[in-house]
Amino acid sequence: MIKTKNLSFVYRKTDEDGGTAVEEEVLREINLTIEKGSFTAILGHNGSGKSTLAKHFNAILLPTGGKVYVKGMDTTDKDSVFNIRQSAGMVFQNPDNQMVAAIVEDEVAFAPENLGVEPKEIRRRVDECLETVNMTKYAQSAPSNLSGGQKQRVAIAAVLAMNPEILILDEPTAMLDPKGRSEVIKTIKMLNREKGITVVLITHYMDEAALADRTVVIDDGEIVLDGTPKDVFRNVEKIKSLGLDVPQVTELAYELRKKGIDISEDVLTVDECFAELLKILGGGAT
Amino acid sequence: MLKDITIGQYIPGSSPLHKMHAPLKIILTILYITVLFFVDSPVSYAIFTVYTVALVLISGVPLKVLLRGVKPMLWIFIFTAILNVFMTPGEIIWSLPIFRFTLKITNEGLAAGVTMAVRLLYLIMGTSLLTLTTSPLQLTDGIEKLLKPLRKIKVPSHEIAMMMTIAIRFIPTLAEETDKIKKAQTARGADFETGNIIKRAKAMIPLLVPLFISAFRRADDLATAMEARCYNGGDNRTRMKESHMTALDVKAIVISILAAAVVLLAEFWT
Repeated sequence: MIKTKNLSFVYRKTDEDGGTAVEEEVLREINLTIEKGSFTAILGHNGSGKSTLAKHFNAILLPTGGKVYVKGMDTTDKDSVFNIRQSAGMVFQNPDNQMVAAIVEDEVAFAPENLGVEPKEIRRRVDECLETVNMTKYAQSAPSNLSGGQKQRVAIAAVLAMNPEILILDEPTAMLDPKGRSEVIKTIKMLNREKGITVVLITHYMDEAALADRTVVIDDGEIVLDGTPKDVFRNVEKIKSLGLDVPQVTELAYELRKKGIDISEDVLTVDECFAELLKILGGGAT
Repeated sequence: MLKDITIGQYIPGSSPLHKMHAPLKIILTILYITVLFFVDSPVSYAIFTVYTVALVLISGVPLKVLLRGVKPMLWIFIFTAILNVFMTPGEIIWSLPIFRFTLKITNEGLAAGVTMAVRLLYLIMGTSLLTLTTSPLQLTDGIEKLLKPLRKIKVPSHEIAMMMTIAIRFIPTLAEETDKIKKAQTARGADFETGNIIKRAKAMIPLLVPLFISAFRRADDLATAMEARCYNGGDNRTRMKESHMTALDVKAIVISILAAAVVLLAEFWT
């Protein structure tokens, strides 16, 4: 679905005096292929380049070197920009800053209106998308009266209204409370599993990355780890050296193993950890 | 407290006034105001009052809400009335010499004062009726439609409407932010409450600077989010809620024109 070939991005900024241009290499030589229907998490600490990478997936940023292909379309090709943005929808971090309209259903209608869809079809899509994210009840509300999680679900619906095949989420839960986070993550998972939408989730929450099929860790503009969450989080030390954390239960298992307790490396969720601990504590316990 | 600001003070409802085609409603409001400025004689004022009262009753907007809109204008009211009462030359009915001036009230002045006050009252009530029965979005939509013919002379009608929509959308967000910054600055010892006007104006700087910076950041984010959803200006754009003129609107046109004709006839005939 998405393919990057030696993708590099250099960010040019003028320094304080406005004179000399400072070049900063944000991404270097990234080769990444995202399969149709997959759920990929891109991990990295602040400034690692993960958001910059995401913005290349729908032609908001264009590579300064290399190529990005979305469904075979080159993002630098001006004629296919709108096709790319329609097939690769993007949800951003701040729920307040991505809402255009003063009413939820108008917000969802915004994208299809831009695409010039027939009014009747827009109506149908708006109702369907609000239903999908379970926000039908709030169709007439003002976004400012919604909780963070609800706003982010509306933002997802607003992107779904374009009928995208890929959903890119740039730290969608970073500004939400735990309840809002779980609402949003549940919605994302459902979209991937039930609607078959390819999901690319940019995050710095380890437990969110653990939910994906594939986890890509980015540091300083380069891919450093890539594989299933289990494969990636097995490298506890490497991940820690990058300034990231592993999921809490993985860390617990790691520390236990260091103390000589024979516990599996592949512990990612609380349930798995519980099962493993139960095994060690002598299978007899029920 | 800042959160209470609601632009236009729209009151949802299902009266014929609410259901009217927004662009038409704007035009008819302009007609209402135009007629109002021709009205001068007591007879036409009486007819105009009946018309206004009828509109208010049809709209179903509580009178209390309507008068709330008048309240902030109270000073302008009093000022205009006083100016008219004391400044209009004519038959003196009361005078009071103060130093070299003579404060005098004339018959004509009293009449002009009352007329002006009533005219202002109706002006505010008429325009309030428009904003009270039309949601801000319908209103901007209506303005966009009305400005559309001006596109030919390069008036960016869609962009103007889009800007108004976004401004309306961000008022509560920015109001909330202002409250937050204010609290944060107060916690650090900023004083917004005391001092003279100049001191207080200066105290606003630490409030406004962060607010503006954040507003610019929001603008940047919003622009990206709009682009990501294929926003490309007004060309080839469709609308989900296409509103069309209905039989109701035709009735509204007929009634408005009839009312205007009757008032103007009463004004110029007598």
